[in-house]
Amino acid sequence: MIEVQQITKRYGNLTAIAHVTFRVAKGEILAFLGPNGAGKTTAMRILTCFMPPTEGTASIAGFDCVDQAMEVKRQIGYLPETPPVYQELTVSEYLIFVGRLRGLSGKSLSIKMDRVIERLSIGSVRERLIANLSRGYRQRVGLAQALLHDPPVLILDEPTVGLDPKQIIEIRELIKSLAGSHSVILSTHILPEATAVCQRVVIINSGRIVAEDTPDQLSARLRRSEKIGLLLKTIPPNAADRLREVPGVLHVMPGTEGHTLVVECELGRDIRDELARFIVKNEWGLLELKSMSMTLEDVFLRLTQHEDGMSRQEHDPQDMRSDDPTHTALSPGALGR
Amino acid sequence: MTPVQSIAAKELRSYFVSPVVYVVSGVFLLTFGFLAYLYIVFTGAQAIQLMQMQGGTAQINLNDLVFRNLFASMRFVLLLILPILTMRLFAEERKLRTFEFLMTAPVRIIEIVIGKFLGVYIIYLGILLLTTLVPIVLSLFSDFDWYPVLSGYLGLALLGALFLAVGVFASAITENQIVAAFTSFGLLLMLWLLAGLGSILGDTVSGQFISYLSFMEHYDRLVHGLIDTKDLVYYLSGLTLMLFLSHRVVDSTRWK
Repeated sequence: MIEVQQITKRYGNLTAIAHVTFRVAKGEILAFLGPNGAGKTTAMRILTCFMPPTEGTASIAGFDCVDQAMEVKRQIGYLPETPPVYQELTVSEYLIFVGRLRGLSGKSLSIKMDRVIERLSIGSVRERLIANLSRGYRQRVGLAQALLHDPPVLILDEPTVGLDPKQIIEIRELIKSLAGSHSVILSTHILPEATAVCQRVVIINSGRIVAEDTPDQLSARLRRSEKIGLLLKTIPPNAADRLREVPGVLHVMPGTEGHTLVVECELGRDIRDELARFIVKNEWGLLELKSMSMTLEDVFLRLTQHEDGMSRQEHDPQDMRSDDPTHTALSPGALGR
Repeated sequence: MTPVQSIAAKELRSYFVSPVVYVVSGVFLLTFGFLAYLYIVFTGAQAIQLMQMQGGTAQINLNDLVFRNLFASMRFVLLLILPILTMRLFAEERKLRTFEFLMTAPVRIIEIVIGKFLGVYIIYLGILLLTTLVPIVLSLFSDFDWYPVLSGYLGLALLGALFLAVGVFASAITENQIVAAFTSFGLLLMLWLLAGLGSILGDTVSGQFISYLSFMEHYDRLVHGLIDTKDLVYYLSGLTLMLFLSHRVVDSTRWK
């Protein structure tokens, strides 16, 4: 449904995205994941024909985004970063305006309006001026605008920004329900969103795609080690060195709280039993031992903090030295799990 | 509804929600009414003087003394006021990020430009319609020729269209409304001052050419009751050019 081939966009000397290639099948939901300024919005603007790429081609439903822009625009619903609402209109006036620009009128427009208003539960503010609505409602009105004409392709730039937790869940459910009938690209810098909603994740950083896969596979592919968290009564000064005597232990780091340690061990090897036995034998007072698998969040941080995170890991899977800056970020607790 | 109509209707709606249109039309009507009052009182005083000198009745030409002056003065009022009406058209869309929505809707850019122009032009014509109260009231108490008055109104309508198109263009080049207003004000002022430059150069080819570019002579003829195709062509080509330039500017912003 959506085909992007080697697109590059430069603003003067600044390269916003470089050689980005991906495709979205019909009915698939794809997350565009990346930190702020990674080039997500630029990619979306190219897809929505807001601006042409410097190089490469993009097409939606077989129509080229530069040469057949009008056809492409008819196929898409687009929610930009800032909800594109007119403050001086009421919600229903706004939706009527949007519908008319989309070529809807009369009965079909009012049916579609009622449907989208119900789906986004904005019925209570229907006749209110958008200027007087809260951020969350504006965001939902913006989404209503994108969904109004029931387009086969939806491009949503951070659709859940500004919503409260309950609304976020509702909107995610809504987006999930679009799978199958609609192709959706949504950008986000919130990981749980990508995992909760999407079938496939494209991680983009500094304008380049650093990884692309399903959420599960992505974390599996990058998981080179298992981590085990320990809480001990006393930690002898040489604990780290001593623990490395246990076969399978790769690396030992202090945890975020006192008396905790994080032990990294080889993948696919359960050493909890040996580890427990070793600690008990040395009488360090084992209070807690838990396994911590690497979440997508860890993967994301790892990928986006190294320019070439993916390739380095692939070449040297055992590269887990303590001077690795990601390790501090990956220590338990730091991510608020 | 065609896209042009939808956009024009939306602009109308937006104008009436914002205070701008009320302030602008208020100032416009007040100025028009006040100027009309001044010229009428002045004409009245002249009539009394004439009567005292000649004795009996004097023929006072309201067309010459009131309407011609009134229409001539309105040029300056239009120049000051119309940029305020047009400044928000594109600048606000950019500022509030609705521009991206318009650009990704299945509507051609020229339709957006024309829709916006029509929206503001309808407002302007509405204001003009309200000013017709002055000639209507005058016609109840005096005699004058309606044709020059109507051609003067045609002049105001055409001049307004040109000014508004310049304003649309100025609004398209920036996201700052103040900058947009001052740009269109500056462009219109230049267009006015070209007449001065033309008259300095006198009856040479370049002098005539430069005078032709200014709206002054084209407007004056209409105010005098002369409807010439040359002037109509001037306004329509100016209007087309400005809307075309707006289209180019709006289109080019996407490429940056």
